[in-house]
Amino acid sequence: MLYIFCPHCGSRSQNEFAYGGDATVKRPELNKEISDQEWNNFVYLRKSPRGKHLELWHHISGCRQWIKVERDTSTHEIFKTYKADELTE
Amino acid sequence: MQKYSVFSLIKNAFSDHQNWEVAWKDPTPKKEYDVIIIGGGGHGLATAYYLAKEHNITNVAIIEKGWIGGGNVGRNTTIIRSNYMHDDNALFSEFGMDLWRKMSQDLNYNVMFSPRGIINLAHSDAQMNAYSRRGNSMRLNGIDAVLLNREEVQKRIPMADFSDNVRFPIFGGLMQPSAGTARHDAVAWGYARQADSMGVDIIQNCEVTGFDVNNGKIVGVRTSRGDIKAKKVGLCVAGSTNILAEMLNMTLPIETHLLQACVSEPVKPLLDHVVTFGAGHFYCSQSDKGEMVMGGDLDGYNSYSQRGNLPTLQHVLTEGIAMFPFLSKLKMLRTWGGIMDMSMDGSPIIDKTHIDGLYLNCGWCYGGFKATPASGWTFAHTIAQDRVHELNSGYSLNRFNTGDLIDEKGLGTKTWIS
Repeated sequence: MLYIFCPHCGSRSQNEFAYGGDATVKRPELNKEISDQEWNNFVYLRKSPRGKHLELWHHISGCRQWIKVERDTSTHEIFKTYKADELTE
Repeated sequence: MQKYSVFSLIKNAFSDHQNWEVAWKDPTPKKEYDVIIIGGGGHGLATAYYLAKEHNITNVAIIEKGWIGGGNVGRNTTIIRSNYMHDDNALFSEFGMDLWRKMSQDLNYNVMFSPRGIINLAHSDAQMNAYSRRGNSMRLNGIDAVLLNREEVQKRIPMADFSDNVRFPIFGGLMQPSAGTARHDAVAWGYARQADSMGVDIIQNCEVTGFDVNNGKIVGVRTSRGDIKAKKVGLCVAGSTNILAEMLNMTLPIETHLLQACVSEPVKPLLDHVVTFGAGHFYCSQSDKGEMVMGGDLDGYNSYSQRGNLPTLQHVLTEGIAMFPFLSKLKMLRTWGGIMDMSMDGSPIIDKTHIDGLYLNCGWCYGGFKATPASGWTFAHTIAQDRVHELNSGYSLNRFNTGDLIDEKGLGTKTWIS
């Protein structure tokens, strides 16, 4: 069981959360010419690193806020959590 | 190579089975190979075997970080099937079914292929319609499919919950009678033994640490046991593809996720088929030893840990008991996990890359084991001929760019929602 520290609610079990994937992916800017390659990068390509991974989780059975979690993908250690709009280190 | 037969078994019984030849050697890496296959799992071993057998390329090394059969080929739930709707998947898998049927004779190794049939359960009229469509598509591609009604399912799996008060009542199911299971370890060992006998070097405990690329062409790999030159290199490392891709500065449409499986204590034969309860994210078959072999969902977040987390296992078994109430009486024998390449459309990639001489075989999601022979066969063709075969032409790396996705299950990009 993972325990995830929600910046709004405190430490909660993973059962309260839904996973939202890689948080470093940036959507191409609106109202700008976008190439197929840029869309491809945004929609499909993922680094999926072994080790530190910044990812989105949705506290769906809690405060319903999206948060960012920095987690190790091989040990599951959670280093730090952020509010969705908070700048990450 | 010593041929395995009843006569060799009797002969060796006289010497207390002390004089069997080793099944494959433990060579030190040479300086250079024509082809290096990275990853000594089922797909890598099969690729090397078909390179030697079909293309006469025997100066081949398989480089494996751990040991043969220690990765996903030893961690899957041994299911073999070709019940796909889309042409690319259906034709590829059915080609594989043919190789499965001949495999024990072909490899002179009993892989215990058991075509016991797979039943996908349906729980609504809409799902029955969808399965009817899928079944018809399968039959158009020459694959056997039978639509079963509730009574026909009950006759085949009477121990499932057919009572009135269930959340997902069984309306019927789609059956592929020629699907089944095989002994997964034997598949790895059989391919390894034959590949070795034809001159392939199987190099275990050898980790790849980097690649040598010169002017857009692969020239060798760096390993924990020294640098090895190679004209061609094939990647067969499902689960660790992203790690090697990073060394090559490639970003792929793949995330690495963890999938768990488990077996119960052995009981007498009671489940004749492989049964999937898709609505409940659960599937089950009974091994030849009598264990109930069960699996279900991904753990749900990127993971390289090769061991599972309890909430998912609890969810899978809760669903399992809902379909097969007798499971609640059984003790759990083992649980384990393996890491999967989850591709963004749920279908694999077997293709060339932008680097000359570098070939990619990855993205197997839940379906790697059953694809072992067809994957090895087509990947060997792709490497030997430097062009994809018709059978794997749909499994291109570029399809995400061009929009030619093979979205068999309509999972889209959110692999963790599956």
